[in-house]
Amino acid sequence: MNDVAKPAYLADSVKRATSDVFSMMLGMEVEALPYRFEAEPEHVSGGILGLIGFSGAWSATATVCCTPAMACRIADALFLTPHSAVEDEVLDAVAEMANMIIGNVKTDLENHLGMMSLSIPTVIYGKNFIKRTLIKDHWVVAPFQAGDEILEVHICLIPTKTPEEKQHAFNRAFLHV
Amino acid sequence: MALDVLVVDDSAAIRKILVRVLKQSEMDIGQVYEACDGVEALNSLREHSVGLILSDINMPNMDGLQLLNQLRADLMYRHVPVFMITTEGSQTKVMEAVNLGATGYLRKPFTPDQIKEKLAGLA
Repeated sequence: MNDVAKPAYLADSVKRATSDVFSMMLGMEVEALPYRFEAEPEHVSGGILGLIGFSGAWSATATVCCTPAMACRIADALFLTPHSAVEDEVLDAVAEMANMIIGNVKTDLENHLGMMSLSIPTVIYGKNFIKRTLIKDHWVVAPFQAGDEILEVHICLIPTKTPEEKQHAFNRAFLHV
Repeated sequence: MALDVLVVDDSAAIRKILVRVLKQSEMDIGQVYEACDGVEALNSLREHSVGLILSDINMPNMDGLQLLNQLRADLMYRHVPVFMITTEGSQTKVMEAVNLGATGYLRKPFTPDQIKEKLAGLA
């Protein structure tokens, strides 16, 4: 595996990007807690998720997860106005945080792995839901402490399949050949 | 004379922050117009004349580099300063923007001071 795509490098890249985004955009310092490698991150059953990915020679899917209280703190700091409940501006703030954190990870990685394109961020807010991604390996889970709150960045980076590999997978799944 | 500005970004959050930073700067800022992509930016420029454009790169419909290309081909906007403010930090994208005629390039995340520093001397 390319050293840059190894989980330790990826986790360090996430740490740098998250710390930079918090300190520069929000004027907040976050403490990076020990990261974990998981086959599949624990189910997130509620709160706010910012989902984003990038693709090129390598593909990544990533989630920025936090509580509604943390999301309101982020929006407070980003817009310099208080937010006591999750509203559009709070969701926009989480989407933009996901965009900047993972966008900066992408920029770091593409110096080594080639150009990649960032997807459009999506935000989910609610209770009693299950997040599931079809990849069951290679997840890096990077938690950050900000005051009493925890924000987690989950990211999975894998090599993109060649057209031949994609065709083979399609044939196996749908044509049974 | 106050400087009218167009802020182009598909993120409402970033537009709001940039508008605030511009208004809190020591620059003499007049109207600040907003657009969420290159197409909306060109439509806005048909109605409002501006002296400065701040644009993201990754946007739907028409991205920031396509917008920059169209502006530099337009006699009216050929010389208007255009600063790219984006998460795209790869050398390739920076060079592409510079070659298309970007006045400056700033990566997200940014601090308000970095924006003010980049724009210092424009108004």
